[in-house]
Amino acid sequence: MNQTWQIQRGDEINYKSLLIRGGRVIDPANNFDGIADVLIVDGKISAVKPNIDFAADCQFDATGKIVTPGLIDMHVHLREPGQEAKEDFLSGSKAAIAGGFTTVATMPNTTPNVDNAALVRAMVKRAEDVGLINIKIIGAVTKGRKGLELAEMRDMIDAGAVAFSDDGSFDDNAKIFMNALDYLHDTGKVIICHEEETSLVKEGVMNEGKRSALLGLKGRPTVAEDIAVARDALLAEYTGGRLHIAHISSARAVEIVRDAKRRGVKITAEVTPQHLTMTEDLVNPVDASTKINPPLRTQADCDAMLQGLLDGTIDMIVTDHSPHAPEEKDREYMYAPSGFPGLETSIAVLLTDLYHKGKIDLPTLIAKMTAAPAQVFNLNAGTLSIGAPGDVAVIDTELVWTVDADKFYTRGSHSPFVGRQLKGRTVATVVGGNLMKLNQI
Amino acid sequence: MENISEVSLLGKSVVALENFTPEEIRLVLDTAYGMKKIICRGGDKKLSNLRGKAIINLFYEPSTRTRTSFELAGKYLGADVVSINSGTSSIVKGESLRDTLRTIEAMGVDAIVMRHKAEGAADYATKVVSPVIINAGDGAHAHPSQALLDLFTIEQKKGRLAGLKVAIVGDILHSRVARSDVYAMTKMGIDVHIAGFKTLLPRFFEFEGVTVHENLEDAIKDADVINVLRIQLERQQAGLFPSTREYARVYGINEDRLKLAKDDVLILHPGPQNKGLEISSEVTYCKQSAIHDQVQNGVAIRMALLDLTLNGGTK
Repeated sequence: MNQTWQIQRGDEINYKSLLIRGGRVIDPANNFDGIADVLIVDGKISAVKPNIDFAADCQFDATGKIVTPGLIDMHVHLREPGQEAKEDFLSGSKAAIAGGFTTVATMPNTTPNVDNAALVRAMVKRAEDVGLINIKIIGAVTKGRKGLELAEMRDMIDAGAVAFSDDGSFDDNAKIFMNALDYLHDTGKVIICHEEETSLVKEGVMNEGKRSALLGLKGRPTVAEDIAVARDALLAEYTGGRLHIAHISSARAVEIVRDAKRRGVKITAEVTPQHLTMTEDLVNPVDASTKINPPLRTQADCDAMLQGLLDGTIDMIVTDHSPHAPEEKDREYMYAPSGFPGLETSIAVLLTDLYHKGKIDLPTLIAKMTAAPAQVFNLNAGTLSIGAPGDVAVIDTELVWTVDADKFYTRGSHSPFVGRQLKGRTVATVVGGNLMKLNQI
Repeated sequence: MENISEVSLLGKSVVALENFTPEEIRLVLDTAYGMKKIICRGGDKKLSNLRGKAIINLFYEPSTRTRTSFELAGKYLGADVVSINSGTSSIVKGESLRDTLRTIEAMGVDAIVMRHKAEGAADYATKVVSPVIINAGDGAHAHPSQALLDLFTIEQKKGRLAGLKVAIVGDILHSRVARSDVYAMTKMGIDVHIAGFKTLLPRFFEFEGVTVHENLEDAIKDADVINVLRIQLERQQAGLFPSTREYARVYGINEDRLKLAKDDVLILHPGPQNKGLEISSEVTYCKQSAIHDQVQNGVAIRMALLDLTLNGGTK
C-alpha cells in the first residue's frame, strides 16, 4: 500500500467560520456523545448541536467520522533548542497535526536544558512563531536537570511554563525532590516524574525479564520503577505537593498510585500507547526502535495499564514522542538512544489495539486524551464548550492504513509501529478554527 | 548420521546457535574431526579449500585465542585473512558499525568474523551487509564457535553427548559462553546445570532442559563435565561479590570440590583463567582437564565453520 498524507492548510483560504457537519461528536468534558455539527467562528467554538443552520465560510463533512476536541499530549520531546537534527517545533507540529493533536507539552531535556525563564520565554516565542498548534513549555525542576539545585521555577512560571519535569532522569536526591514539591506547593503547578531509580537501571536497555535473560541484554527491572513511584508518592503525601507519574509501565507501580489516590494524595499518572499494547517479546537487538525508557514490559503489565486506565488510576494517555535522527537509532542496540516518535501513530494504535478489540469505549479513550490532561494541567483546551478554543480532531475510526516511516512528518524514523496495518486515523485537525485536512494522495 | 549430505551451511551466517538445528551442529562437529587430523598431521597444514576467499577479522574487543584461532583457521584453509583491531582503525575516528561493515564489504570480502561488546551486533551485521557473518562473541549474548568447540571437546573425550550431565559454573549473568552452551548442549541431548551466586545468575532464566542452581555443590554433583567460566575482576568492583578471596573459597573449583563430580569428570574453561579464583592451578593442570585440548579444537571447529559456510564443506 502506498499512501501519502498531505496536510492541506486552511489558513491559506482565509475564512472566519468553519462548520464541521454530521459527525459523531464526542466531548467528554461536557458528557456529550451524539451526531451533531460543530461551528467555529473567529477561532472559538460557537455551537455544537445537530443541523446547525449557518452559512459558514468553510464546511467539512464529517459524516461517519468522530469529532472530538483537539487531542492533548502532555509528554512530547520536540527537541528545541539544540537538537534540531531529531525534531524541531515545525516538524513536530506537523506530526502532531497528522495525529490529531492540537496541544502538546514539550520536555526540557534539550541542549541546553530549558531550566530558566529566558529559555522558556524564547521557546514560548518560538512556539508562537511556528504557530501551527499550541506548544506548551515544560521547565526543568533542577538546574541542568542534575538533581542538585532547584531551578528558578517561579521565574519560569511567569515566563509561561505549564509544568516541571526532569524527564529522562530520576532525581535520586530525595531531599531536593521534596523541596521541589514544597517550593511549588502554593503555585498549583505539577511535577512530572520519570520514575526509574538510577542505580537499578544503569546500563539497562530493556525490561529485566525472561527475554533479557536469554538475550544477555542488561535489564531495567520493574522494581526500579516501583521504588521510585513509591518514594515520590510518599513524598507527595507528606508534602501535599502535586505529583504526576510520567509514562507508567509497571503493574506494581499502578497499584502504588491506586493506593495513593485512595489515601487522597495529589497524584496523577500517564501511560503511553506502547506501554498499553507492546511487550518485551518484541525486543530484537537488531533493531533499536523498541528501545525506550521505561522499557516495554510484559503482558501482565500491559493488562494492568489498561485496568488502571479504565478505573481512573491512570488519568491520561501521552505519546512520549521521542524522535531521534535515523542514523542515531540505526546502530547497536546498547548504543542507540532511547525513544521513538509517537504523535502520528498514537490514536491509530489505540483505536486498533484497544477500541476495535472492545477493551475501551470511545468516550473513555477520548477523555484520556482531552478533558483529563486539560483538567490536571489546568489548560484552556480539551473541550468543545462554547467559547473554548476552536481545536478539533476529526477521526475516521474505520480507515485502514499502513505505517510507513518515509511518510512521517516527524524527523524520527524508527518506530516499532512501522510496517503495522492500523485501523483508524485522523483525517482533519482544526487549530483555532484553522482546518488542516489530511488528504490521501 | 543419515542424510547428512542434505544439510548444508553454505552461505549461512553463524550468529547464534538458537538458529541451528541438531543436524547442522552434527555436521560442524563431524567436519571438525577431519580438520583436527589436518592440524595434527604435522608438516604442511595448508589446504586450498578457501583459496581466493577473503576473510576479515573485525574485533571490537580484545581477544587472543579466538582471534588467532579464526585467523589460523582461515589461513590453514587457504583463505586470505586480515585482522582489524578497533583501537587502530577508523572506528576510533567515530565511524559507525554500519559504515565500517559497508566499507569492508566494498573491498570484496567473503566473510566477516566479528566480536563486539553489544548484544545483537553480529545479527545486525547480517542485516547491513551480505558477506557471511561469523559471530566471535557479541556482548553477553552468544559465542557460537566456543560452544561448538566445547561440544567437540566433550564428544572427543566422552565418546558421546546425549545423556551427559554438564555443569556450567561461575558468572552466568555476563557470559555469552554460557548462553551459547545452553542452546548447543540442550539441542544435543545434554542435561545442563548452571550455577552461580544469585548476583551472577540472570533473573527469570527459564530454559527447557536447564536446571539453575545457586548452590555449587548441587550443580557439580555427579557431573560428567564441569565448564568453569571466567570471573571478570570488575564484577567484584561492581559489588556482585565481596572479594576474590571469598569467591574462591565458596565457589572456586578446586580438587576437594571435584570429588563431588564423577571420577572421570572433564574440566573445561573458555580461558583465560584466573587461577586461584574460579579455578585452582591443580585443577587447571589435572589429568581430567581438557582446557589445552579446547584451544586446539577451537582451530578445528573454526576451520569447519569457515569451510562449511564459504565452501559448503569438502564432502
